[in-house]
Amino acid sequence: MKPGVTLLGAMALSTGITAYTDKAVAEEVFFEASGKVTGELRGYLDEGQFSGQDYRSGISATVEPEFFWEWNNGDDTFTFTPFYRIDQHDDERTHGDIRELSWVHVGDDWELRTGIRKVFWGVTEFNHLVDVINQTDAVEDADGEDKLGQPMVNLSLVRDWGIVDLFLLPGFRERTFAGEEGRLRSGLVVDTDAARYTDDAGEHNLDTAVRWSQSYDLFDVGLYWFRGVNRDPRFEAASNGGNTVLVPVYDHINQIGFDGQATIDSWLWKMELLWRESDLEQYSAAQAGVEYTFYGIQDSDTDLGVLVEYGWDERGKDAASAFQNDLSLGARITLNDEASTEFLAGFGYDLDYDSQSLFMEASSRFGESMKISLDARFFNAGDKQDPIVNFEQDDLIQLTAEYYF
Amino acid sequence: MNLMKPIHLLLAATLISTPVLAQTPAERGLEISKEAKARDLGWDDMQANMLMVLRNKQGETSTREIRMKSLEQLDDGDKSLTVFDKPRDVKGTAFLSFSHPVGADDQWLYLPALKRVKRISSRNKSGPFMGSEFAYEDLSSFEIEKYTYNYLRDEACEGGQCFVVEQFPVDKNSGYTRRIVWLDQSEYRVWKVEFYDRKDSLLKTLTFDGYQQYLDKYWRADKQQMTNHQNGKSTDLEFSGYRFRTGLTDGDFNKNSLKRAR
Repeated sequence: MKPGVTLLGAMALSTGITAYTDKAVAEEVFFEASGKVTGELRGYLDEGQFSGQDYRSGISATVEPEFFWEWNNGDDTFTFTPFYRIDQHDDERTHGDIRELSWVHVGDDWELRTGIRKVFWGVTEFNHLVDVINQTDAVEDADGEDKLGQPMVNLSLVRDWGIVDLFLLPGFRERTFAGEEGRLRSGLVVDTDAARYTDDAGEHNLDTAVRWSQSYDLFDVGLYWFRGVNRDPRFEAASNGGNTVLVPVYDHINQIGFDGQATIDSWLWKMELLWRESDLEQYSAAQAGVEYTFYGIQDSDTDLGVLVEYGWDERGKDAASAFQNDLSLGARITLNDEASTEFLAGFGYDLDYDSQSLFMEASSRFGESMKISLDARFFNAGDKQDPIVNFEQDDLIQLTAEYYF
Repeated sequence: MNLMKPIHLLLAATLISTPVLAQTPAERGLEISKEAKARDLGWDDMQANMLMVLRNKQGETSTREIRMKSLEQLDDGDKSLTVFDKPRDVKGTAFLSFSHPVGADDQWLYLPALKRVKRISSRNKSGPFMGSEFAYEDLSSFEIEKYTYNYLRDEACEGGQCFVVEQFPVDKNSGYTRRIVWLDQSEYRVWKVEFYDRKDSLLKTLTFDGYQQYLDKYWRADKQQMTNHQNGKSTDLEFSGYRFRTGLTDGDFNKNSLKRAR
């Protein structure tokens, strides 16, 4: 037999095996369970200034497993991520949520994502002005980065001129707020059970959004329109069993948001713009800044990133936003070591109220599955009118251990 | 007159060893590198799993598990998508890169905890990848335009008889003054690379082992070992599950595919 023929035969055989294996993979359902548990220890420098806050330490724990199925060669996936936190002091912080319960189907140039999910929009670091789809899980942390799962149908279309995302958002999620025994809250407790809607449909309103995003060389841009229930409530004082409480009021809004970033050498130029309209008001706001990274400082593996951002709100002191006329400075040190050790510090200065806030975060991996973070937050109100005055005695140091499985 | 003799001898030697007339070491180095690149063109798309074992001076190890997809581009650098499985705290983190032979690459990072896609600077070529002894630039695709060349000599190597070629990075952000590469003369596979730092001291040595041929043409090493001579650490890369021409398209390398990469 000619060697060439043998080779051809072997090739045909191996190709046949490959085809068979691929088919087997296609019909197979892949399942994976993973997730994390965390333990958190908080120490406050003082007892709180309001009733129910007479403690200086607290412990808390969370569990967040993730169950994942994949079939149809990865064109269909299903993800279920429940979440639960138990907190020593605050009944409101002891809470559960479904972070994700969704099915994603991928087509050639489209994706359909159905169920409870999380979506992030934006580019800036200190304030996420244009991030609108998910409600903030405000009892989790003071940074507003934790979100509640949002029910949605999201069709995503990939075109040469960008990605278009269409959203139907049934079922509104109300923001979580610290309870009477919780720290980092306003003087008056927010009565979440009494939440009110100005629109007749209320929490059953079907919110809609459409977003376009695209990358042009050094520039990444996104533009969206959102119509629905405002994720940011306003508050009205009310009486509940003789106690004065704050009632969250959710208005119906139209909102246009833009986010853009220019990535030029070691510079990241970032901007978020917002225009929002409700029956009560119409205003614009912006968050913009720049980040520069010094790579490999002093011939080491360490990177130092410095950030400056400015937040502006047309309503000025009347704004509910904490970034109405605020300057933020930050530094990020990345050691690029085996343990992925990082240090992050941020300083916020309110130009209207002369208030200051400071946070520091350090994190590192221990072993293959454990991550430990040490965070500190300090607040100093320069003016009694600044809402931050409520947190003045809530300076805290927090130790978090995360175990991944 | 005395000087002419050795030059004549050298010229004669060059004429015997290669059919090309009066080739300078720079031209010879470029020619070898072009041939190596040409032999690795046309694979279309590729997928593989990568196990990274980091070893410190005390011999303690930690591992990273990574999956990679690449799409060959005819007129540009390749597109690639990298997904991290381990360590577990970064599970689901994914990295999308559109590399360019000249100028900055376009890079995005997906952070699964925040569901956030971040455009990142590609300026950090010399920084360590995931705390390993591999710099980002060591893992990017080889493009002719990224270096200038200098042929040094022929020498016996792991893969038989090798060409030894010096490569000088064009990018000022490279962490190296030069690399010395050993390529075997029969298949143009890389067997060894020495990296010289900005002070031109020997920094690292990369060796290749367990070459296998795919699609009857493309050679890939099962193992790569990077040893850092200055800090005593090393990193092993073990590749498995190489698959070529699986039908990947541009649609598998955009922000949507980055978000669902996991």
